[in-house]
Amino acid sequence: MYWGVDVGSTYTKICAINKNKEIIDTKIIPTIVNQDEIVKEYLKDKQIEMLVSTGYGRHMIEECFSCPIISEIKAHAKAAFHFDNSADMVIDLGGQDSKVIKLDLNGGFIDFKMNDKCAAGTGKFLEIAASRMGLELEKFSKIGFEATKELSISSMCAVFAESEVISLIAKKESAANICYAVHESIASRLASMAKKFAIKSDNIIFSGGGALNPFLLQLLSKKLEKNVVAAKYPQLMGAIGSALAGYEVSNEI
Amino acid sequence: MGVHEHRSLLKDIGVDVERHAKMMEMGLESYKNQFMTQKNRPEAMKYFDWFMSEIQGQRIAEINELRKKKRPSIGAFCIFVPEEIIVGAGGACFGLCGGSPATIADAETELPRNICPLIKSAHGFKLQKTCAYTQSSDFIYGETTCEAKKKTWEILNKHHPVKVMNIPHMKREKDLKLWKEELVEFKEHIESITGEKLSLEEMKKGTKIVNEKREALQRLDRLRSMNKDIIPISGKDGLFVTQMGFLDDPVRYTQKVNELCDELEKRVENKISVFEEDTPRLIVLGTPFAPPNWKLHTAVETSGGAIINEESCIGHRYYKDNVNLDEVTTEDELMQKLLDKYSAVDCACFTPNAPRIDKILKMYKDRQADGVIYYTLSFCHTYNVEAHLVTQALEKEGIACLVIESDYSPEDAGQIKTRVEAFLESINFKKKATSFKKKQN
Ligand code: SF4
Ligand code: SF4
Repeated sequence: MYWGVDVGSTYTKICAINKNKEIIDTKIIPTIVNQDEIVKEYLKDKQIEMLVSTGYGRHMIEECFSCPIISEIKAHAKAAFHFDNSADMVIDLGGQDSKVIKLDLNGGFIDFKMNDKCAAGTGKFLEIAASRMGLELEKFSKIGFEATKELSISSMCAVFAESEVISLIAKKESAANICYAVHESIASRLASMAKKFAIKSDNIIFSGGGALNPFLLQLLSKKLEKNVVAAKYPQLMGAIGSALAGYEVSNEI
Repeated sequence: MGVHEHRSLLKDIGVDVERHAKMMEMGLESYKNQFMTQKNRPEAMKYFDWFMSEIQGQRIAEINELRKKKRPSIGAFCIFVPEEIIVGAGGACFGLCGGSPATIADAETELPRNICPLIKSAHGFKLQKTCAYTQSSDFIYGETTCEAKKKTWEILNKHHPVKVMNIPHMKREKDLKLWKEELVEFKEHIESITGEKLSLEEMKKGTKIVNEKREALQRLDRLRSMNKDIIPISGKDGLFVTQMGFLDDPVRYTQKVNELCDELEKRVENKISVFEEDTPRLIVLGTPFAPPNWKLHTAVETSGGAIINEESCIGHRYYKDNVNLDEVTTEDELMQKLLDKYSAVDCACFTPNAPRIDKILKMYKDRQADGVIYYTLSFCHTYNVEAHLVTQALEKEGIACLVIESDYSPEDAGQIKTRVEAFLESINFKKKATSFKKKQN
């Protein structure tokens, strides 16, 4: 079994693949303290041929298991290539950051861009806005389809953007229209990062928690004039990529 | 530090002393920061630290003493200058400053922007009069290795005497014949400076001295790179010692390098390494590192990698071959042996240049390296173009390789570090995976 562990800021994702690169085990657990112990416990009786870790907490796993690590960028590139080897870009919208990765067509990456420290272009901002509206995130992501006005939020900062949301609420804009505005602002940011690269293929892969949001997907496709498709396992892409890297290196050595 | 005591001498040889003092201060400062702060340095590095502090002081005084005795004093930018002949005539042969970004702006008043920084830096040193070695040279020995150099000599010659040696770009019989004639002519030129005939014995003696210097450097190379788990000296120090071989008196230098090697030998015996276990071992290929160009070594060795040797001209290409003096009884025989040595240099100015690739592959295996960095100066077309063939050969062997093209400006230091870090990460990935797998099975 080839295992990948992606320790993200909110969730830790675990995935195993077999010799045929088929996904045979997945697990998503909240990231808390002593995460390495929890991962260790989970893997206790498992058969492990290779274990590779990625994500911001990868060094913790590296120390605990003395296993190899790779960067998230590399992990995402590997996973994207695995599912669609014609795509040349991955857009990843996570809880705390977002990135755009330009892929080469051999399963590696050419370059990448990341949002700066601010939360405005991240999943966190969606959460903040949803809770302002008193809506579940899942519901919030759907009502955008019913928007009747193309409102927009101009602020580049999550704090000010939040106050813009509040003022829209005060103006008695409908929830659907506000939802549209919030999604529009995130999609714009992602699209402008993506446009810094020349995109050759028609397919762009969208991963991370953000890819579970169908309205965002639609807006992004429109803005980029490309076919933006959600990854098969959006949240697991980092873990899958790590497992794949482990599989490859295992066959090399 | 030494430079101030030598002010009047520096002034006499036409150095712009104010500007020079400032440059030296900057150089020594950066040396201190990059070298003196390294942990666990060999004791014997003290000599080289001292030499650095006297680099444009005492050594310059020594060279000018020789000049007073009409001994030749020759500056060069390439390892094709037959220093055996100069040393045989009792003179000094040295590399000129050409590794600093501080002189490039001046050079660009006469030279185009898009030629290699080495040539521009060197030309700038002459225009600024801030290299005491250039100022101390009877002439600069140029060669026809690349277009940038070849044409720059004509301009440099307006400011300082330049003598050009015609180095062929192929190694066919007729080319080698020409090269040998050039060697003979070089000797005659040296004789015109001293006003004396250079005897075979003198030339043999000079050759012996330089052979011994190269042997000491080979020994240093072996100690740096041939022990899988122990690297007894940092790559940066190794590079610096090699760089000083182009400036110091060869006999004293050989002795000091051997003293350093004695210490390193003990370190290897006692398993004292200046790097942690499992630090990726890297070989650097490509263009020369004229001092104070320490940018790449600093980037690598502050990112968790170790440089175990340089294939460059300030490196292996310089000392790999010796002149075989056995059974040399005539001047013509000696010239032939010199030619044998110099024509074995695998500079990218030659076409074809396959022996270089074979050497690199062998070097990688012998030294049990983990990866290779192909380093070229911007606009050095020979090495930049040749990178394609070299990296292709490396790739075929599954050898990890990173190509870095850079000049002397500090601007890309951060970017280089990021790329080096990513490269080291991928090497470490494989190393870690191998040991993880071992543990599992
Ligand atoms: S690279 Fe070639 S031209 Fe440059 S110093 Fe070396 S031998 Fe001379
Ligand atoms: S580094 Fe290249 S371009 Fe520069 S002088 Fe040497 S051979 Fe010429």
